[in-house]
Amino acid sequence: MTSLMPPAERIWWNVPIGREEIVWIGLALVWCLILFFMMPYWHIYGKQNLSNEAYQTTPAKFGEKVQAGIDQYTVREEVGIPVVHPPAGSDVYMLGRLWQWWPILELEKDKTYRLHLSSMDWQHGFSLQPVNINLQVLPGYEMVLSITPDQAGEYAVVCNEYCGIGHHTMLGKIYVKE
Amino acid sequence: MAQFRTCPDTGLYFHKSAESLIKVNAVAGVVALLLAGVLALGVVLTRWQGVHLLPADQFYLALTAHGLNALIFWLIFFEIAILYFASSTLLRCRLATPGWAWLGFLLMVAGAIMTNVAIFQGNSSVMMTSYVPMQAAPHFYLGLILFAVGALVGVFVFFGTLVIAKQENTYEGSIPLVTFGAVTAAIIAVFTIACGAIILIPTFLWSIGYIGHIDAAMYRVIWWGLGHSSQQINVAAHVSVWYLIAGVIFGARPMSEKVSRGAFLLYILFLQLASAHHILVDPGISSEWKVFNTSYAMYLAVLASMIHGLTVPGSIEVAQREKGFTKGLFEWLRKAPWENPVFSGMFMSLVTFGFIGGITGVVMGTEQINLIIHNTIYVPAHFHATVVTGSTLAFMALTYLLIPVLFRRQVILPSWAKLQPYIFTGGMTIMILFMLGAGTLGVARRHWDMDFTGALLSFEYAPMAYTLMAIGAAGGVLGILGGAMFVLITVGSLLFGKKLEPSAGLLQSFGKPLAASAYSKVQPERLPMPPKLAWEEHGSAGFEAPGTFVLAMLLLVSFIVYYFINWNYLASVWPLG
Repeated sequence: MTSLMPPAERIWWNVPIGREEIVWIGLALVWCLILFFMMPYWHIYGKQNLSNEAYQTTPAKFGEKVQAGIDQYTVREEVGIPVVHPPAGSDVYMLGRLWQWWPILELEKDKTYRLHLSSMDWQHGFSLQPVNINLQVLPGYEMVLSITPDQAGEYAVVCNEYCGIGHHTMLGKIYVKE
Repeated sequence: MAQFRTCPDTGLYFHKSAESLIKVNAVAGVVALLLAGVLALGVVLTRWQGVHLLPADQFYLALTAHGLNALIFWLIFFEIAILYFASSTLLRCRLATPGWAWLGFLLMVAGAIMTNVAIFQGNSSVMMTSYVPMQAAPHFYLGLILFAVGALVGVFVFFGTLVIAKQENTYEGSIPLVTFGAVTAAIIAVFTIACGAIILIPTFLWSIGYIGHIDAAMYRVIWWGLGHSSQQINVAAHVSVWYLIAGVIFGARPMSEKVSRGAFLLYILFLQLASAHHILVDPGISSEWKVFNTSYAMYLAVLASMIHGLTVPGSIEVAQREKGFTKGLFEWLRKAPWENPVFSGMFMSLVTFGFIGGITGVVMGTEQINLIIHNTIYVPAHFHATVVTGSTLAFMALTYLLIPVLFRRQVILPSWAKLQPYIFTGGMTIMILFMLGAGTLGVARRHWDMDFTGALLSFEYAPMAYTLMAIGAAGGVLGILGGAMFVLITVGSLLFGKKLEPSAGLLQSFGKPLAASAYSKVQPERLPMPPKLAWEEHGSAGFEAPGTFVLAMLLLVSFIVYYFINWNYLASVWPLG
């Protein structure tokens, strides 16, 4: 009579289901549908979504775009890393490589930017702290997303995809100014 | 002619060849678990920033080896043992092609050793996921391929045994629910291993220079068909073990065969879509694809787990109430054999898997919420709740059952065995909860140094993050202690436990059959259908398991509250589009 034995009825499909099971399945199904529809709902009404805009690229091509941004908008240097202050609303570029996020960005509060991310070598993880926004950065793919920093301050980009022995030294920086 | 023995305590029949194969697979699994546990100690003591035990290279090496030995080798070896048990033993049928089963086992052993050798040589610290273009030594991939081929052979031996059982009419009616759950695990295993072959064979060829380029995004999508789906084998297998233990300890029958089997069917249809969970913040994949796949269509596999979450304890409650434990809502649970590690392990596996593993899994698998969780230490916290306090604990509980029944040895240190599931679950649960907290504060997973020593720039995590990581690591050490107790009790019982069969010698514990006299060539009696129940006993009449229903409602309420807390957290971060 246990779950180690065959069902007691040959046509077990016809055996009626207990009431608490029916009620529970009903409740669980409704909850599952809510879980599902929250995602499209957030795409319409929520403010944190990914556009999923992306392009195939190569490290060389993406590197050129990053360099163009650096050439045009560098305002100073910090420990040898250029700090780029692009115009509000423009396209901004950042690359990940062993073991750096390059360059440092300086953005303005409440302005929207199109951030382009890609990797020059292995996979990296763009983890903006302490805001805690986390994105996967792949070589060969240029990810584009619009970001709107809504608080001024100094933010770190931690690499949170393991990328070898120097992984823990891979830090980047984003400044948000009033 | 096939030979069988009957276990005098349980009446289970063991086919001689199957018996040996179940033993060797289970033992190989425990060896991998032991290795994984030792490595785990290195990992937690390094992530405990105040201790920071290992240097970076050894930490990443240990983490790679820990992941593969725990998540792949331990669990899949043990699952092959479960598949043989659920087919040959439960259906009272000879195992199909034992020779092939041995070949599969040897391939798995060779593969596991080869991959471990590659890792410990030091040039393959690429993590379990081995994301390209980071490259491991060729034998790292080759070992995994051999292991997968061996496991696939085992899965087909299982299917072959089902065919033989049907042909030779060894059972009446339909297969038992536990075997049905094992079929679910086996079908998912075929999908899993196919994904593994599709991605690891080209990656192996790339590592020896025959292929020039492996696309990083393609690798992730297909690799996770292996990486996540293998964890779905665990889910189907440990849910089957829950039903098995409920049946053995309480004589519990499924509340409804239709509901429980239907839930397993939902696993078969939808569970594998979950490889999407890992690529929710990847470039180049549309939101439509992410939403459909990450939700297993419309959370239909979550629905299935929620159903099992009710029907497993519900069936125990019904059985206990029939025995007279009818007082109030929870007498059936209070009077359960909490001192028996088979039961306590199984029940805590059910609770931690549902309340922690299940809820956190759905939350972080939500497309947008993943933005605040991806690759933080929240992720390993989640899957330790599913795979450690879920699958591993359930398999430990089953091991306590198998030591006397299969190995014919008494469990040594019974007072330790009583405590072991509590220490293991307690320690791991502390670790999991505090790591969830640290993940919410943004602490990265797979990261050697929270202080970023040697970085040009600097960043400091909130001081609370250090505290959470330290308490979590202390919990981890306690959990590892519980794991060590398990290995000690298990191995000790196999070596020194009182023999329940005079002929049960040392090698008997490692695959050698008992003396010839223990076996008989007489075919086991056909597995009968149990007597029919009166119609009104099927539960259509009323609430048979009110206590379980209350627990299920508690799960649902916790689920809803925690889910919306995380949306609220997401709403506070920078707007993205």
